[in-house]
Order: sequence, then C-alpha cells, then structure tokens
Amino acid sequence: MKKLFSFSIALFAFFFIASSSAKTIELLNVSYDPTREFYADLNPAFAAHWKAQTGDIVVIKQSHGGSGKQARGVIDGLQADVVTLALAADIDALYDVAQLIPGDWQQRLPHNASPYTSTIVFLVRKGNPKAIKDWGDLVKPGVSVITPNPKTSGGARWNYLAAWAYARRRAGNEAGAQKFVANLFKNVPVLDSGARGSTTTFAQRGIGDVLLTWENEAHLAQKEFLTEGYEIVVPALSILAEPPVCLVDKNVKKKGTQAVAQAYLEYLFSDEAQRIAVRHFYRPSSPAIALKYAQHFPQLELVTIDTEFDGWTQAQKTHFADGGVFDQIYAR
Amino acid sequence: MAVVVTSTLVKPRALAGAPLRATQDPRCVRRLLIGIALGFLAFFLLLPLAAVFGEALRRGLGAYFAAVGDADALASVKLTLIAALISVPANVVFGVAAAWCIAKYSFRGKSLLITLIDLPFAVSPVISGLIYVLVFGAQGWLGPWLIEHNVKIIFAVPGIVLATTFVTFPFVARELIPLMQAQGSEEEYAAITLGANGWQTFWRVTLPNIKWGLLYGVILCNARAMGEFGAVSVVSGHIRGETNTMPLHVEILYNEYNFVGAFAVASLLALLALVTLVLKSIVEWRHARSHAA
Amino acid sequence: MSLLRKQHSVLPGFGLSLGFTLAYLGLIVLVPLSAAFLKTAGMSWGDFIAAVASPRVMAAYRLSFFASLAAASVNAFFGLIVAWVLVRYAFPGKRILDALVDLPFALPTAVAGIALTAIYAKNGWLGQWLEPQGVKIAFTEIGVFVALTFIGLPFVVRTLQPVLEELQPELEEAAASLGANRWQTIARVLLPELFPALLTGFALSFARALGEYGSVVFISGNMPMRTEIVPLLIITKLEQYDYRGATAIAVVMLTASFGLLLLINLIQKWSRRHHRV
Repeated sequence: MKKLFSFSIALFAFFFIASSSAKTIELLNVSYDPTREFYADLNPAFAAHWKAQTGDIVVIKQSHGGSGKQARGVIDGLQADVVTLALAADIDALYDVAQLIPGDWQQRLPHNASPYTSTIVFLVRKGNPKAIKDWGDLVKPGVSVITPNPKTSGGARWNYLAAWAYARRRAGNEAGAQKFVANLFKNVPVLDSGARGSTTTFAQRGIGDVLLTWENEAHLAQKEFLTEGYEIVVPALSILAEPPVCLVDKNVKKKGTQAVAQAYLEYLFSDEAQRIAVRHFYRPSSPAIALKYAQHFPQLELVTIDTEFDGWTQAQKTHFADGGVFDQIYAR
Repeated sequence: MAVVVTSTLVKPRALAGAPLRATQDPRCVRRLLIGIALGFLAFFLLLPLAAVFGEALRRGLGAYFAAVGDADALASVKLTLIAALISVPANVVFGVAAAWCIAKYSFRGKSLLITLIDLPFAVSPVISGLIYVLVFGAQGWLGPWLIEHNVKIIFAVPGIVLATTFVTFPFVARELIPLMQAQGSEEEYAAITLGANGWQTFWRVTLPNIKWGLLYGVILCNARAMGEFGAVSVVSGHIRGETNTMPLHVEILYNEYNFVGAFAVASLLALLALVTLVLKSIVEWRHARSHAA
Repeated sequence: MSLLRKQHSVLPGFGLSLGFTLAYLGLIVLVPLSAAFLKTAGMSWGDFIAAVASPRVMAAYRLSFFASLAAASVNAFFGLIVAWVLVRYAFPGKRILDALVDLPFALPTAVAGIALTAIYAKNGWLGQWLEPQGVKIAFTEIGVFVALTFIGLPFVVRTLQPVLEELQPELEEAAASLGANRWQTIARVLLPELFPALLTGFALSFARALGEYGSVVFISGNMPMRTEIVPLLIITKLEQYDYRGATAIAVVMLTASFGLLLLINLIQKWSRRHHRV
C-alpha cells in the first residue's frame, strides 16, 4: 500500500512537471459544443499563420461543453485565453459575475464580435413525409418536434426565440406568440439537455419528424448520418444566431498571452478563417466571402435578438428565467 | 469464452459436510433462486453491457482498437488511473480507521458519525463537484488566495482527485462497518489478552477476518472512482487531452457522433469487471493456500 | 467533542482511529459541504421558499422520491437473492456474473443512460417489441426507474455478500438440530442476521438514486412537471448563474437524505441491540 501511494505521488509530481515545462505558447479556447469540428480545422491554420509571422509555435487547447457550463467554468477559474460561446448572454456573465472582461466587450471586434453566424433551420426525415415547410407546420397535430431544453441549452433558446419571432409576426401580438410556442412544445416528446443530445435522439433513436437546430449542425448531421438521407428545410423567417468570441482580459494579462490571443481572435475574421467557417456551414460575417459563397446559404428573412427581443438580458429574463414564459407554458 | 467456470468459492468447512445439510436448500429451491438471480442480472446488467460492446464493435475490431489507441483516449486513461491511484488508497486508510473505531467501541453519536460517512452517497454528483468549486473556485473561499499563489486545484488534476475522493468516500468504510459489527470483537479481545499489541492484533486477527469486505470495498471504490462522471465533469474544465477523464472523454466522443469510439472507451471501463475477477481469484487462491498450510 | 465519549474498552487505537476518521471526514466532506449551506444562508427566506417549493420542483421531488424508492426496493429484493445465490450455490458462469455486479459503478453514468436508452427506445432492442404493446419505457417515469435500478444494483449485493460469507454455518445447523425447518431457519435466524446489511444496502441505493443525474437525463426525456428529476433542476438553476437557488435545492435534498440515512442507521442500531438480547 505504501509503495502504491508513493508511486501515485511520483506520478502526480511527474504530471505537474510535465505540464509546466512546455516551451511553446499555449492558448486555451473555451467553446461550446457545435464548434469542435470548426476549431479542429482552424487551429492548425492559425498556428501556421502565427509561425510564419513570428516564428513562435502556438498550441491551442480546446475545451467544449454546454455554453452556460463553459462560461461558469471560466468564471470559477478555468484559465481560458479566449471564449467562443453560443450566445452573448454567456459572455456577458463573465463581466456581470466576475469582471473578467470589460462591459463593452462586444464592441472590441467587428460584427458584434461574431466572426461567423448561423440560423435555425429544420432537419426532416428522408422525403419529408410530414411535408414540413415552415414554422406553421410544426404545431399541426401528429407532428413530433425535437428540440433541446431551453433551460439547459443555448441552442434551444435560439430555437424557441425563432419560433416566437415567427409567431408574433403571424399573430401580431405577444399573446398569440405565446399560444403558438405553447402548441409547438406540446408536440415535443423529449427535451434533451443539449443540442447534440437532441440530434442523437432524432437520428439514433428515430424519434420525431423534425429536428430544430442550427444550420451548421443540420449540415453536419446530414453528413454524419449520410445513409439516412435527412433533408434540410429552411423556413421563410428565422433568427440570426450570433455566437460571439471574446478575449478574457484578466487571464491573458496574468498568463502573458494577450498578443497571441488577440491575434487569434482577429484571425477569425480573416478571409482564410472565414472560408474555413464556410466549410463548416457557418455563415461568414465578411460580406465579400458571404457574397462569394452565397449559393451555399439559402436566403431567408433573419431577425436579430436585439431588434426583436431587446437583447439577451431581456430575453433571458422574460422567457427563460424561473417563472418566465417557458415555465408558464409547462405550468398546469 | 468457452471455458466453463465453476466456483471454488465454497468454503472449506462447507465442503467437508454431507451432501444435503442444514445449510443447504433443496434442488428445486436452488434452481428457482438461481433462475431469478440470473434473470434479474440478465435484464439489468447483461443487456446494457451487451449494448455497450455491441455499439463498440459495430464497425469491427479495427475501428475499436483505433478508438482505444487514440492519443486523447490514452491521455484520459492515464488521468483516470492517476485519480483512482490517489483516491482509492486514501479512502482505504480512512475506511479501515473509521470501521475500527465504529465497530470496536461504543460511544455516543455513533449513528450520527455513520450517517455523516454515508452522506457523499446521498449528494448529487452535480453538487459534489459544485461544493469544491465553491471552496476552491475563483469566486470561492480560497480562490483569490490560490490564484495569487498560482496554485491550481479546480480545472486541474487536484480538483479531479478531490471530487473522485469525495464521491467514493464511503465505500470501504461502508463495506467494513456492518461486517465488523457482525463479527464482534471477541477474537481481538482474545489476542490482546494473550499479549498482542494493537497493530499485531489488527494485522493478524482483524485484517484476515475482514479481507472479503475490504476487497469488495476496494473494488467498488475503484470502479466508482474510474467511472464517476457528474462530479468530475464540474471540476474538470474539459480541456481535451489534459483534464478529461475516461467518462468525460466518452461524452466528448459521443457528442462528436463518434459512437464507436465512445462505446469503445466505455467498454474499457466495463472490462474493469475482469480485473475484479482476477483480484478475487488471487485472494481466494491465497486463502485456500493458507488454509491448506 | 464531548458527544463522542467512549465506554471503556481494552482494545487500543480508539483515539487514533476516531481522530483520523473525524479529520478526514471534516476535510473531504464536511467543510466543502458546508460551503453549500453557507451559500444558501445568504438567501432571504422568501427566495429560499420560492427556489425549493415551486410546483415544478415539487413535481421533481415526487418523481425522484418515488422512482428511487421503487428502484431501491427492487434492488433490495432481488439483490438479496443474487447475493444469496452468489455466495451459497455453485453453477457455471458464476464467477463472471459475480464480477459483473460492479459494472454499474464502473460504467460512467452517461454511458449507462445511453445504453439503456438504446435498449428501450422505440427502435431499440427491447423497445421495438414493447412499444407496439403499449409499453413505453424510454422517456417516461419507468425509464427513470430502470436507470435508477441499474445504478443502485451493486449496493445491496455487495453489502450483503461479505456478511453472508462470514455467516457461521453453525447457526443454521443449530437451528435445524433444534427442530426448525428451512423456512423457519431463514426467517428467524438468517434474515435477522442479514437485516442490518440489507437495510444499509437499501438505504445506500436509495440515497444514490435520489442524487443521480448522468444516466437519468438520457432516458427520462426531461419533460417539465412529468419526467424532470431534482438534479436536473439544480443544473437549470446553475445555467442561470443562480448558484444560491441551486445550492438551496441541494440543501433540501441533502437534509432529507441525511434524515433518512440517520433514521435507517438508528433502526439498524436498535435492531442489532434487539436481536442480540
């Protein structure tokens, strides 16, 4: 037992020495779930770019998880150099709760600090057997809709708000919108805790006629489950999902990585990075690149969270806080 | 596995008796009970296990070994082993000490103490992780001091070890307490009366008596230490190749739609059962040998 | 600690073992847990009630409690049989089965949840036969029960096994020689002897089920008011950066489980004394 114990202490010590003696620059990018494939592609491109510019080797470590959980991690001391999360509200929390960043963080980079955007679309089964064309079809009896739980998933909040925006246009008032969204959630048989969980429920478990998800996730699912022949249906109106990025000022100052972390974020807006984003079905924020790849991204009316819901703070409070509209939908 | 395994678990003294003694049940009862046990285990254990291996081997052995041999997977195996290697011995020492003072002495507040030891079982894994964040996190009690002195606990190996230790805290103690209580202290009293000191009594008398319970405790503790997901998930930070334990790596692979990889790594944890088998066999073998001597 | 005054005993090591036990317990369990209580103490009474007694939370308590109770009862009953069979009888494949009992601990809870969902979903191995019969398991309360049974299974078996193995056959022989038949021996001699361990196994599997999160979220479907478990609501609070609300629910659960475990430990103590007399 004694031997075992000293062995484990030795292992422990080894681990610490090993992790502290690295000579290359290390960056930690704390991100949300659906960006894994994108950053797996982008990080080597940036490393090459940085090496060409400065001669330094930069290694970018990735951490992925639910957007809110990741933000909490950074608040509680996860040493992220940059955060690339699903919605501005989660980055706002870094300022509100822990003052890790300045309050005007979203103005420091172009395009609301969102290098890529996406929107909410529908993924349906082969041949679209329930003939789902737009939001209105989702509340029909017998249509089963898969979305994650808005209380635990950032992506699900976008789904919910997109449906709300559509319904408010249709009904002309908030009450009508609430009724529509309530009916929509009556057709939801399972609320997974995260976006990828929902995709699995739809694809692996064969549950539901339509999956509400990000455009990039829909394309990825189509590719991953190629044999299933899923089809993407783009509604006439949806929401512009802006997943923003931000430098974590307090951490980079302490780690001395400000320059490279800043360059990393700026690189996200470069043409090369924008093309990588397109490859992963994110809508590029650069107008030139967007124009060039316009045929990849169907045109639709996109509303924004700021004009439609007075920003995330307000939307969160009205809809998703405890006792908010979403809770009322399920209260009996 | 074509080998028919028969049990050697029957104790020597039971072997000595006549075919049907007072401690044995009629054949029909035996068959019925074995049938019920098998049915229950098949339904609740074998089926999920088969599902895990079925998914892991869906694309064949090549894909299985590729998934298991992946660098990030190996890093997660290493981290899981480190966490278990520290937390299990710590909990074994604690468990023996706790069981000793609880089973061998009577004092007031004993039930309270036992209940406090049980407590980590009742704490939701989510909370088990959260409490360490509340203590060591940047917003927590010790956070500012730790940051100032550049000590990493949360989102690093120590945090993972602490969470693992917490979750597996009661196992050894919980196995030993009822066992040692059932056994009583007569043998220890006899040893002390014959002039043995405390350590001698413990090593020569108590330890041989509790070895089964201790073994079960260690096995359970280790299994849970390696398999813990919720608590570790809160304190890990999910840095790929660095702070992901095996269960966390499984989640990552699953979320990347890499179902074969996810279940392949999970199946490694299921193979722990084999380790259990080997450990128990060794103990039994040594037990049989010492009896023969 | 005048509470912990021992009665006289000839065995040495009381101070050492109790001191170490208390120190370790305090460091690893009590101090961190008190952080949760202190966090909650910062709440006003009204906020606390709102956090822990809203209808949604009440529905989750109900589900968590009854599903855990059912799972622990099933585990106690079948666990007793399994432990008995594994210790007393010889049959082919026994050792493998014995080793597999720990599986629910070794398998990460998320994997267990996914595997169980794969089995019981409508296109799963069993689900495809059960759903046409109108039996829905995945994404219902029954699914929660199945997951909780799975994760609590080793507790009963593993707490009973060592006690059964150490049980003196002389006890049963004596009972038999005094004219008791097999059932009387089991009911009057064996069960009382096993009762404390059985109760422990039940309590532990119940307590563990109450807090379980990883496996349940996959199979429950997480429908508000219907299949939401309490730990999921804790996560929900955390998502809103409401640490206090989250710890408040945790504190309620913790206090309830603590009370329950204490009660069971007291019953056990009583039964042991009663039995010995």
